[in-house]
Amino acid sequence: MRLVLSKRENSSRWLGLLSPLIAVALTIASGAVLFAAMGLDPAKALAIYFLSPISDTWALQELAVKATPLVLISVGLSLCYLSNNWNIGAEGQFVMGAIFGGGIAIATHGVANGPWVFPAMMLAGMMGGAALAMIPAILKTKLSVNEILTSLMLVYIAELLLDWLVRGPWRDPKGFNFPQSVMFEAEAQTIRLTSDGRINIGTLIALVVVMLAAFLLSRMLKGFEIRLVGEAPRAARFAGFSQSRLTWTVFAISGALAGLAGIIEVGGTMGQLQPTISPGYGFTAIIVAFLGRLNPIGCLIAGVFLAITFIGGENAQIALRLPLDVTRVFQGLLLFFVLACDAFLIYRVRLVRSAPQERSA
Amino acid sequence: MTMFEAILLTIITASTPLLIAAIGQLVVERSGVLNLGMEGMMIMGAACGFAAAIVSGNSYIGVLAAIAAGMGMALIFAVLTLGLAANQVASGLALSIFGLGLSGVIGAPFVGARRDTMARLDLPVLSDLPVIGKALFGQDPFVYASFALVIGVWWFLGRTKPGLILRACGESHASAHALGYPVLKIRLFAILFGGACAGLAGAYLSLVYTPFWSPGMTAGRGWIALAIVVFASWLPWRTMAGAYLFGGITILQLHAQGAGVKIPSQAMAALPYLVTIIALVIIMSRRGGQQSAPASLGVPFVPDR
Repeated sequence: MRLVLSKRENSSRWLGLLSPLIAVALTIASGAVLFAAMGLDPAKALAIYFLSPISDTWALQELAVKATPLVLISVGLSLCYLSNNWNIGAEGQFVMGAIFGGGIAIATHGVANGPWVFPAMMLAGMMGGAALAMIPAILKTKLSVNEILTSLMLVYIAELLLDWLVRGPWRDPKGFNFPQSVMFEAEAQTIRLTSDGRINIGTLIALVVVMLAAFLLSRMLKGFEIRLVGEAPRAARFAGFSQSRLTWTVFAISGALAGLAGIIEVGGTMGQLQPTISPGYGFTAIIVAFLGRLNPIGCLIAGVFLAITFIGGENAQIALRLPLDVTRVFQGLLLFFVLACDAFLIYRVRLVRSAPQERSA
Repeated sequence: MTMFEAILLTIITASTPLLIAAIGQLVVERSGVLNLGMEGMMIMGAACGFAAAIVSGNSYIGVLAAIAAGMGMALIFAVLTLGLAANQVASGLALSIFGLGLSGVIGAPFVGARRDTMARLDLPVLSDLPVIGKALFGQDPFVYASFALVIGVWWFLGRTKPGLILRACGESHASAHALGYPVLKIRLFAILFGGACAGLAGAYLSLVYTPFWSPGMTAGRGWIALAIVVFASWLPWRTMAGAYLFGGITILQLHAQGAGVKIPSQAMAALPYLVTIIALVIIMSRRGGQQSAPASLGVPFVPDR
């Protein structure tokens, strides 16, 4: 028995929309099996995982707060992946954005400041993320160093830099020796949209970014260039598009968006720098990008879904004493299923009973 | 034991998991497949190996469980990338995320458990040699296994016909297919071998190196192993040199911290990652760095008929 793949003449639009849904359904089904294997009532566990995060308005605000960084980062990553640039270091760019933006908040702490502080922090955060992302981009274009490895190694370096800053020079002198910075001033905190919840302006920014990216990809020459370089690099070269410049552009955009997500998160939910500021948004955003089929609108929907698994995982930890790692298992499974379903889009997959006889080695 | 012997011993302990993982990945990449799931396979080996060793009370059963776990993970990757021709980069990332999560679930009941590190196996006569005797021939079985793997892989790839066929699949899968070689089957075996090596490397971490289980204990070693393969230009002996270079830097960093060098501990901890980037830059800026990669690396193969 073996699988035989044959390329489809034209892949249908319907299947394209359907395949992520099938992947989600398969993930939930595997989740039920997993929970049953762990001796839990699958229906109850799945309800806590997937329904409790969308049960009331407070929960929905939390959902928006969690989905915001995922959407911001995954839109940038989609641009990278569409053009065959494998930036997997968004987690580090997120941290770098928080460091650059947080630096402004700490520098202006206690001195007269005004409404310009938070916008300046966002700008600095974007620059920080983009600066870190440019390292693998430049190394790739100048020396053809593999960008996967360099971008990932920079994650560890950025995390250690943050750890050093909050334990060393940026530690709050009045913080009882806890490894954390001062609390940001009110002007340096992410602007909240409601008085009772934590939803902040970041969610609106993410929506705008989704719109802009969707417009870029479908209506502008740059968007065409990104897709062409990914799908037909030779044709793109003949058309005169510069592969190197494009690599720099997409890395800079995705780094800036990850950095922006970082400073919005730190200014919005923590209000200070801490040694660990992300539950793995930068890595989960990779799954969001693929689940969203590398399409900005798709990333928005997929980002909300993965935010559900984050909150569901936290709820399940409290209610069922499940380890938080179950969330990662779900996320990994989801990406497996997304990739497998994609194969069914591109190829007709048939199961053939026996190996052909005519070929003998 | 002199200071020099002690340092040599710790360098070997730090390098062995990197070497085992990297040599497995080298075979996978020479067959034309890029499996970025190293980290996930390795940490699954660490978790399953430790769990099985605690439950059975036998380290060797732990090692076998770790190898099985690594191969099981590799099989998932093979089904996706060979069976369904899925994107290898994305599939490997999925494998890493999945492995980090599942290992945490499997290892959760064993957090805090301790067991003795595996017994050393002194080779008679050789281990009595001065200076290098204890370090090279008085080691745990993994170290010998890592040396055997390097020699075995070097011999297999460079000196045997199946090795030549495997390399042909990596250089030009279409040509290998045209010659009648079963490209996908060969790649499947290579991927499973890589998974077994990654599992073994993980078992070394949880059974010998630390010896306990903690979530995320591989700490990027799977990724560093991938970098070592590039650094080594896909050659077995250079892989060994690379693994020992990285292991040496890890130990140097620990000794410098112990000796109270006035550098923040975070800077020292970042050193292996920084060196990985620098090493890649150096190797790629030399002429021919690019050409040494297998030509079909990372390109899915769909036999047409």
